[in-house]
Amino acid sequence: MGKPEQIDPADWVDRYGDYLFRYAMLRLRDRSAAEDLVQETFLAALRDRGAFSGKSAEATWLVGILKHKIADHFRRQSREVSLGEDDPPDPAGESVFDASGHWTAGPADWGANPEDLFRQKEFLDQLAECLSDLSPNHANAFTLREIEGLGTGEICKVLDVRETNLWVILHRARMLLRRCLEARWFAKRTGKGS
Amino acid sequence: MVRKTNRKGVMMLSCRDVTQLISRSMDTSLPLGKRVGVRIHLLICRFCARYEKQLLLIRETVRSLVAAEGTSGERSTEALSEEARERIRKALRSP
Repeated sequence: MGKPEQIDPADWVDRYGDYLFRYAMLRLRDRSAAEDLVQETFLAALRDRGAFSGKSAEATWLVGILKHKIADHFRRQSREVSLGEDDPPDPAGESVFDASGHWTAGPADWGANPEDLFRQKEFLDQLAECLSDLSPNHANAFTLREIEGLGTGEICKVLDVRETNLWVILHRARMLLRRCLEARWFAKRTGKGS
Repeated sequence: MVRKTNRKGVMMLSCRDVTQLISRSMDTSLPLGKRVGVRIHLLICRFCARYEKQLLLIRETVRSLVAAEGTSGERSTEALSEEARERIRKALRSP
């Protein structure tokens, strides 16, 4: 442990590279984008070295920069998405509910100890895969809310949507993710049990 | 069409409405009337009650795993490729 104000960029890649990469991967689900943001983060850190107070840990400082880069990335992406095609009308599937708004096929019973379901290490990988199946809009909104833990006001600014719109997006994202995780979990369990 | 109001004026919510409101309640606090409507519905609807439990479990799991991420090397399979590592080193040497 050196002095906190000691900064040696030559060490950065080995010391923090993988950590920052994993951090970015979990949020972006895109290898090359994550690598680019790690590089941008280090370069920005190099430029702003003077601003590093040494009060926080170096890793915390770098993650702070990365968080901004990730938000920028989402901002760019939401602009591209809104220029392109809109999300399909109700991807959560009208078929989940009948005409009177009742479940056609309700959520499955996850058993007495549903926590066990997600205790496995692969949960984050499964979540990432399920997120990849969503449209970028839905996946990014969920990520900002549940992984980054931002409030809805901030997310609206990043994704440039109104709050009522964001609620709809988050609702659909949660419904689709729940279904995807359930399908994966049951598929795995029956595979193992046979 | 779906929404009916009973004699006391309490809004009758469908499962579709309730799933929307469950999600919204995870982002903001619902107005009292809606909150009561959801609670009453959850008392009598097994599927919606299950749905809420499962969404909250997913949230909890995501949060705890994300919080643990920094401290443990859980997903050590994911690392920068050698190529990217070299590229970044080079960029840092001549920014």
